[in-house]
Amino acid sequence: MTKATKGRIRLSADIGGTFTDVVLETSDQQYARKVLTTHQAPEMGVLKGINVVLEAGNVDIGDVDLIIHGTTLATNTLIERNGANTVLVTTEGFIDVIEMGYENRFEQYDINVVKPKLLVDRSQRFGVTERLAANGDTLIELDEGSVRALVPKYREMGVESIAICLLHAYVDGRHEDRVEAIFREELPGVLISKSSAIAPEIREYERTCTTVANAYVQPQMAGYLGNLDQALREMGATCPLFLMTSGGGLATVETASQYPVRLVESGPAGGAILAAQVAQECNLDEVLSYDMGGTTAKICLIDSGRPKMSRTFEVDRQYRFMKGSGMPIRIPVIEMVEIGAGGGSIGHIDQMGRVQVGPESAGSEPGPACYDLGGTRPAVTDANLVLGNLDADNFAGGRMKLSVDNANEALGTHIADKLGMTSEIAAFAMREVVDENMSNAARVHAIEAGKNVSTRTMVAFGGGAPMHVSRMAEKLGIDRVIVPTGAGVGSAVGFLRAPVAYEVVRSHHVRLNEPDADAVNAMIADMRAEAEAVVHAGAEGVETEEECHALMRYVGQGHELLIKVPTHEMSADELRGMIKVFDKVYEDNYSRSVPAMGVEALTWTLTVRTVADKALHATGQTKFNEGSRAPTIGTRKIFDAESGIYLTAQVYDRDAVTPGQIMTGPAAIVEEQTTTILSKNFRATLNSLGYIDIRRNQGDEA
Amino acid sequence: MKPSDQMKQVQLQIMWDRLIAVVEEQAQTLIRTAFSTSTREAGDVSAGVYNTSGDMLAQAVTGTPGHVNAMAESVKHFVADFAWNELTQGDVLITNDPWKGTGHLHDFTVVTPIFRDGRPIAIFACTTHVVDIGGLGFVADGREVYEEGFYIPPMFLARAGTMNDDLLGLVRANVREPAQVEGDLYSLAACNEAGGRRLLEMMTEYGLEDIEDLGQMIIDSSRKAMQDAIRELPNGSWTSSMTTDGYEADVTLCATLTIEDEKIRIDFDGTSGESSYGINVPLSYTKAYGSFGLRCVIGNKVPNNAGSLGAIEVTAPLGTIVNARPPRAVCARHVIGQMLPDVVYGCLHQAVEGMAPAEGTSSIWAPILMNAPENGARTGEFTITMFNTGGTGARPTKDGLNCTAFPSGIRNVPVEISETMAPIVLWRKDFRQDSGGPGKFRGGAGQIIEASLRSEDAFAFSAMFDRVNNPPRGRADGGMGLPGEVVSSTGTQQRVKGKQVIPAGQRLVLKTPGGGGYGAAFERDPAYVVEDVRLGFITIDTAARDYGVVLYEDLKVNEAETARLRADASA
Repeated sequence: MTKATKGRIRLSADIGGTFTDVVLETSDQQYARKVLTTHQAPEMGVLKGINVVLEAGNVDIGDVDLIIHGTTLATNTLIERNGANTVLVTTEGFIDVIEMGYENRFEQYDINVVKPKLLVDRSQRFGVTERLAANGDTLIELDEGSVRALVPKYREMGVESIAICLLHAYVDGRHEDRVEAIFREELPGVLISKSSAIAPEIREYERTCTTVANAYVQPQMAGYLGNLDQALREMGATCPLFLMTSGGGLATVETASQYPVRLVESGPAGGAILAAQVAQECNLDEVLSYDMGGTTAKICLIDSGRPKMSRTFEVDRQYRFMKGSGMPIRIPVIEMVEIGAGGGSIGHIDQMGRVQVGPESAGSEPGPACYDLGGTRPAVTDANLVLGNLDADNFAGGRMKLSVDNANEALGTHIADKLGMTSEIAAFAMREVVDENMSNAARVHAIEAGKNVSTRTMVAFGGGAPMHVSRMAEKLGIDRVIVPTGAGVGSAVGFLRAPVAYEVVRSHHVRLNEPDADAVNAMIADMRAEAEAVVHAGAEGVETEEECHALMRYVGQGHELLIKVPTHEMSADELRGMIKVFDKVYEDNYSRSVPAMGVEALTWTLTVRTVADKALHATGQTKFNEGSRAPTIGTRKIFDAESGIYLTAQVYDRDAVTPGQIMTGPAAIVEEQTTTILSKNFRATLNSLGYIDIRRNQGDEA
Repeated sequence: MKPSDQMKQVQLQIMWDRLIAVVEEQAQTLIRTAFSTSTREAGDVSAGVYNTSGDMLAQAVTGTPGHVNAMAESVKHFVADFAWNELTQGDVLITNDPWKGTGHLHDFTVVTPIFRDGRPIAIFACTTHVVDIGGLGFVADGREVYEEGFYIPPMFLARAGTMNDDLLGLVRANVREPAQVEGDLYSLAACNEAGGRRLLEMMTEYGLEDIEDLGQMIIDSSRKAMQDAIRELPNGSWTSSMTTDGYEADVTLCATLTIEDEKIRIDFDGTSGESSYGINVPLSYTKAYGSFGLRCVIGNKVPNNAGSLGAIEVTAPLGTIVNARPPRAVCARHVIGQMLPDVVYGCLHQAVEGMAPAEGTSSIWAPILMNAPENGARTGEFTITMFNTGGTGARPTKDGLNCTAFPSGIRNVPVEISETMAPIVLWRKDFRQDSGGPGKFRGGAGQIIEASLRSEDAFAFSAMFDRVNNPPRGRADGGMGLPGEVVSSTGTQQRVKGKQVIPAGQRLVLKTPGGGGYGAAFERDPAYVVEDVRLGFITIDTAARDYGVVLYEDLKVNEAETARLRADASA
């Protein structure tokens, strides 16, 4: 094993909105603790949590080998608009690019659309005289006077952070470099983000947004990370501190302070890493990761043990979950779809008499009607209770009693009575709508990625997912589901499995039928050097692997497919050979390739990461011991979505089942944090790691 | 209701949700595989599913209402023109007939019947705008549709899964970008196929033989929801008219809106006759944009389908510019068509105050830049379309949107993409000061764009603009937006429509209109006026002149002077 992964003692901390989760892992034990998040000085909560967990494990901080930290701080700063006093410097004549956006309305049929508030308004955007052409030639030399003229203004404004985004800087950053140098000289102490470093990709709107977001969060994040690192040193820590990135890799404090925008959305990444680990343990090539909590569900594709990556992300959607209503950010990110579907999502009836669920959520206060805390409108949890998926007397380990009467009344008043149906059917309708929404999102997401969904294994975690997963599997034609253990602190546990990784991106246009192999090889070598420098800073001497991708398309097409490219030196012939590779991927995606079309590559990415812990691979073995039935602790009535009636279901206590013993649907497998529901079409056992392995009964159509 | 019927009701709803997801998937497939800029960057597509009678059941929410509703009409023509019982699995139909499709030759509509056990059970259709269709190109200068490009009446694109090579050969021979256009035809066929596959999977899952019951439920409940919404409006009949620039002469657009219980009728009697240039609008496109504006404010949560669309009937006298006859030229029909919501809003405002926004830029400003005919050898042959917008009309309770497409839902093309694809340079693209019409709520701002060739050679551009001679008007005492301008960098006026050449060393300068204001400008909250000055949307002089808000140098309000100005105005 390698140094980064062998670390005997590892610690992770995940700052969430309410709680900061801290997990300590020693060679044989895991200690997880939750402490309250301290919003004023988040490092205080982290340090407290670390102390608590060290004490629990009786470990000295000096013995910890690795500390991994994830935080929503950058995301919150963007959403709450409480970042630094930031200005944008751009090419003269283009200061409004960031405000014009796509010049469209994200909601076609709403004339009252309100566009998101900007991080920099018009008085904070400045043009400088310069211009590069699309190929990097100079059309107008940089007028340094136009840059220096801004300096006194910025002093007066008290500017803390400057974003520089000039047209075509993704081809050549020399003008941005010069602008940066002038500001560094004239305004020492002011932080600077330039687009050629932050997001060197074509399309000025997205590049500007990303650069500005980085500048906007940088002073705060750099300050926070510096404080935390120093405080850890003072406590006696000697190990490296790594930050979890949105792309599911780890970055050093130095890298994270420079590119803090890459920390946006790092929390959910932990869940995906956990699912990826399950995929490796269970030797699953194609996985659909499904996480469902109180307000949202998140879906992610995992191939060959690796979450699907993307370079596009939208933060702070104005209309919840509506594409195009947020700020586009171009960073390496684990691609997830988020749906407004959780246990608290509220049901109502629309103008056409259709049952609709969410995105409004009852949250934890007042919560679903069945909590009896004042909620009167029906939530998904109420529907689950009425349908028998939840046990009123054994919720949250029996600490909370649920009111079936309240649930029935809420369903009756708001849905059933209006549609002339029973509250049971109303509950079924809510469940079907939510499950359909999630299934459709998963299916469309797979399509957009050019993937098939029905051949995958689902990995379900989070409080709600195990209850919904067998119906989802039915809708998606999926035959197998894994429910891992202890998903309650999924993200913080996931962090511990993340590799140290860095992705470098370049825009470089290559027509593959006449490639300049030397230029491509030189670029890749350059990217490798840059990525290795970052990764080695955090994991010196550790074995690494690298991966190179290019975004390719038929000449003239607008949307690209991500194609894996060899990382060795390529000959022109080998590059030309990529045309065939592209054709094949294209055909897999869209049924047919387009004959006699040229292929071009636009954007290249190279990732260097530490090698994952191979010891995990295929450690989870599943064997159904035919004839060995798991012990039941009783029965209950659970509504069957296919036949429309309540069936008698077996209830199993997960802790009392041993690997190999068979549980048959309809069934409820209960544990403290959640309940796994099997419909009549499924049966399950525990694998050698204790994960629930659910299979569709043979003979069923998939 | 019996329990089994209750279950069935829930299942029908779930299948409806699924159908909407299926057409979204269909549209995504098209956008991701298409070649033309307007489809791939701007999302200028539509996709939908129909029952075998040709009634639309669901449609993807995409960039262009003009396609959407027009496509609904289009499928009816295919149902009428083809012997449905002679079609087989793998047959794919196609047309770009402006009158049977979506209004001009650049739009291809592809229609695919879907079979189950050898029986047709549904139809998938999609539309996209191809990069070129031969003829004069994307210009408003045509005198007859024959000049505007290659015309394909409804026919087979594929028979039993085999592409129609004769047709593909003809297309290749007749267009300027054969590979891209052919590629788009493949994309259109593929996206219908993807939709059909998904529908069949759903039918298997639910054990359906056909989708007739499902379709009827969708149409009935959508119709009912629209009727409920319409019943809340007063009965009556209102007429409004609006003048736009036209090609050879101003064009009057006149609409009469009639609300009768649960039905809305819009008739365009009183509208100018046909143009002798390519700005004529086939009726299908008029129906699309005639109803779209209302759909945004009446029952706007009801999905588009035969039921909801059927609640609004649109008619126009034959031979008007909005019901033009073949072989009139129609290439730039969007310039007039996209104005129609504003005219209808003029009627609606009389019926109910507070629902309709002020007039906006409305027509997309989409210059097509190309090499000048005489120096193509030097600059290379190229054609590039860019989509730009002006300000939208102020809303009854909000400012208009700065530089935002309405009614079209199209996206712009990034400057860096345009400059990568063609030898052009855009020197400027920023908001136009003082362009939004004054009002209690200000009209959206327009923008200024400057373009030239990198080589500084002469180049040609196709103008399809409007609102240069007739700016967007305000509503409820709101002021007019600034009219658009089309000039060269030396200040020479260019024509608002038609292909023209910008001489060597000069730039094309486009100034898009601002939207009209809503409500009296002197009633605007001075804090908003201060903000507009601070951000440079209006000047300090405009604040005083148009809004009666007097500001000091430091942008503090001169309360006394402001009160005096505003009192004088109301006296």
